[in-house]
Amino acid sequence: MNKKIFTEPLFKGNPITVLVLGICSALAVTTKLEPAIVMAISVTIVTGFSSFIISLIRNTIPNRIRIIVQLVVVAMLVILVDQILKAYSYEVSKQLSVFVGLIITNCIIMGRIEAFALGNKPFPSLIDGLANGFGYGIILVVVAFVREFFGSGTLLGIQIIPLNWYLKNGGFYENNGLMILPPMALILIGLIIWVQRSISKDLIEK
Amino acid sequence: MDTNKNLYTVIYSTILVVIVAVVLALASYLLKDKQERNIEIETKQMVLKSVHLGTEAATAADKAKYIEDLYSKYIKDTTIQEGDLTLQLYICTLDTKDRIYILPVHGTGLWGPIWGYVAMKSDFNTIFGTTFDHKGETPGLGAEISTPAFCKQFEGKQIFENGNFVSILVVKGGADPTAVNQVDAISGGTITSKAVEAMLKNNLTEYLNFFKANLKEPAPVVPAAADSTMTVPADTTKAAIKTPIK
Repeated sequence: MNKKIFTEPLFKGNPITVLVLGICSALAVTTKLEPAIVMAISVTIVTGFSSFIISLIRNTIPNRIRIIVQLVVVAMLVILVDQILKAYSYEVSKQLSVFVGLIITNCIIMGRIEAFALGNKPFPSLIDGLANGFGYGIILVVVAFVREFFGSGTLLGIQIIPLNWYLKNGGFYENNGLMILPPMALILIGLIIWVQRSISKDLIEK
Repeated sequence: MDTNKNLYTVIYSTILVVIVAVVLALASYLLKDKQERNIEIETKQMVLKSVHLGTEAATAADKAKYIEDLYSKYIKDTTIQEGDLTLQLYICTLDTKDRIYILPVHGTGLWGPIWGYVAMKSDFNTIFGTTFDHKGETPGLGAEISTPAFCKQFEGKQIFENGNFVSILVVKGGADPTAVNQVDAISGGTITSKAVEAMLKNNLTEYLNFFKANLKEPAPVVPAAADSTMTVPADTTKAAIKTPIK
């Protein structure tokens, strides 16, 4: 049971490619691999723990202020992540800038709380939250990998494409400037969705 | 228990908010020193960058120590008093014994604050180097002001023309290559480019008296020798490093 909760969001129920949630940040932070990985970890931590905490207190929450309580818990976790990044990973926190704060508006988090954590025990909720974070993270890393490799010729900031291949050094190669612009992230995610639906046909709506 | 009663809702939300507040206050208290230190290193790195030092920070084993060492070796920070204004000034002594004067500048971009450091040669006319940074300008457009390509344009430009202060003009549509005080604006980042121009003009104007007073000295330039409105405290250790955002 728990295994299924974990594997489902990685492919068949992937939050980005199947549920199409969390697109905004997926477009914004994927120009380089490093911020994408940090963003993926941050979102995973927030989805996992917010689902866990909400599930722990799910029977005590007054129904009328349910959404507010969820928001307060999510906001607390987001601020904690933001503060820790500022203290221990300042460069990355500068690159992510507003997007860390905007994790709170990431639909995946509220979506999993409403759809899963409110009706399930804490431990499965934790797994569900983490798995959805991973599912989100996989897509982010794949998109960032393609964008950084073809857009900047680097991976994690390390030059991969030999410098003497470049036109300016007398070679034949030029980075693809389109890759670092947001529209390309949207096109890449579209391509991933296309590939995924070709593999598992049952995802195609009738 | 009936969780829909008004009293229950009020008590529940009160307790929840207090718990969250305590957790956040604790986190802020515990992490504050480390965060402020990061900002301090960042500021020092920017000052060093304006005089082309500290370029290997990204690969240094201990970045904080690398920056601190360079900073204490080359940079002396001080303030000058200009009427009611206390102006920050960093004096850099290069290996060649040349003195470079680094002035902090800050202004308003399109979406938020922009700031930077302008390093002047001791003729108080020629720019030695600049660094700019921003809080949230548009990536790929206004945000380009922090790129080396943009900052490099300012090197060797002059802020005086025939003895009159003109600052540096950031010209849309391409600077005149023969002009000594023009640089190219950023395509699509006109408002931020204009903001850089305004920032330079506003901030450098404040230092004009200091420039003039120091130029009178035949051999530049020990700031303490300036006239009475220009006293520089001998004890520079007191001068605090301001964070770039006011």
